[in-house]
Amino acid sequence: MNWSDFLAMGGYARFVWPSFGLTLVLLLVNALAPWLRQRRLLNELRTREFRARQEKSA
Amino acid sequence: MWVWFHRMASPPSFYHGAARWIPWLGLLALGLFAHGLYGSLVTAPVDYQQGEGYRIIFVHVPAAWLSLFIYTSMAVAAAIALIWRMKLAEIYVAEAAPLGASFTALALVTGMLWGKPMWGTYWVWDARLTSELILLFLYLGVIALDQAIEDKRLAARACSLLALVGAINVPIVHYSVEWWNTLHQGPTVTKFDKPSIDMAMLLPLLEMALAMNVYFAAVVLMRMRNELLSRERHARWVARILEPQA
Repeated sequence: MNWSDFLAMGGYARFVWPSFGLTLVLLLVNALAPWLRQRRLLNELRTREFRARQEKSA
Repeated sequence: MWVWFHRMASPPSFYHGAARWIPWLGLLALGLFAHGLYGSLVTAPVDYQQGEGYRIIFVHVPAAWLSLFIYTSMAVAAAIALIWRMKLAEIYVAEAAPLGASFTALALVTGMLWGKPMWGTYWVWDARLTSELILLFLYLGVIALDQAIEDKRLAARACSLLALVGAINVPIVHYSVEWWNTLHQGPTVTKFDKPSIDMAMLLPLLEMALAMNVYFAAVVLMRMRNELLSRERHARWVARILEPQA
C-alpha cells in the first residue's frame, strides 16, 4: 500500500479524513482549555494573594 | 476503601491526588490513541460492503459510547449531589457536561459524515439520531443552567435535577435501534452472543473507546481541579498552594 492509496481511502477520503480530523481537533481543544484556564486562574489568585500580603505589611 | 473515599472527597486531597493521576492518565490515553489509530487506519481490514468508508466507526462509535457514559456518570453524580450535597459531585456534574456535549456533537457529526456515503443522506429523523440530538440538548441545558445561576450551590441543584430527569433518555438512545425500525444499523458489539464484527476491527475499536475514556478521565480531572480552586479561593488550603515555594 502506498501513501496516495492510503490518503484516498478507497474514494471515501472526504468523509473519513474530516471525521478523524474533527476528532483530533476536539481532543486537542478540550485538553488545552483547562490547561490555559489553570494558568490564568493561578496567576489571578497569586496576584490577589500578593496584594493582600502587601496591604497587610503596609 | 471507605477511608480512602472519604479522604479523596475533601477538596485539598482531591486537588493534590488528581494532580498525581492526570499525567499518567494523559500518557496512557496518548499511547492508546497512537496504537489504536494505527490499528484503525492501517491494520484493520477493509469492510466487504462499505470499503474504506467504514473506518469512521473508529471515531464515531467511541464518541457515541462516551456521550452515553458521561451522561450516565453525571446522573449518578447528580443523585449523590442532591442527596448528600457533596461538593465534588456537584463540580463533576458541571465540569463533565461540556465534555459530554462535545463528544455528543462529535458522534452526531461523524455519524452524518458516515451517513452521507452509506445511506445517501446526512440526516434522518429516526429514533437513534433524534434521541442522540436530544442528549446534546440535555447537555446544553445543564451547561446553560450552570452559567445562568450565580449561586453555585443553587446552580448545582438545578443542574443535578435536570441531569437526573434527563437520564431517562440514555436507555432510549441505547435501545432505539432495537425498538424502532431505522436506517441506523443495530448493535454489533454489545450483543450477548458473539459480536458480529471481525477481531481485527473489534480490537482497535475497543482500544479507541478505552483511549477516549482515559482521555476523558484526565481532562475532567483537570477541569474539576480548576473549578475547585476557583470556588474555594478563600479557603486556607488554597492560600497554602499559592505561597511562593521558597
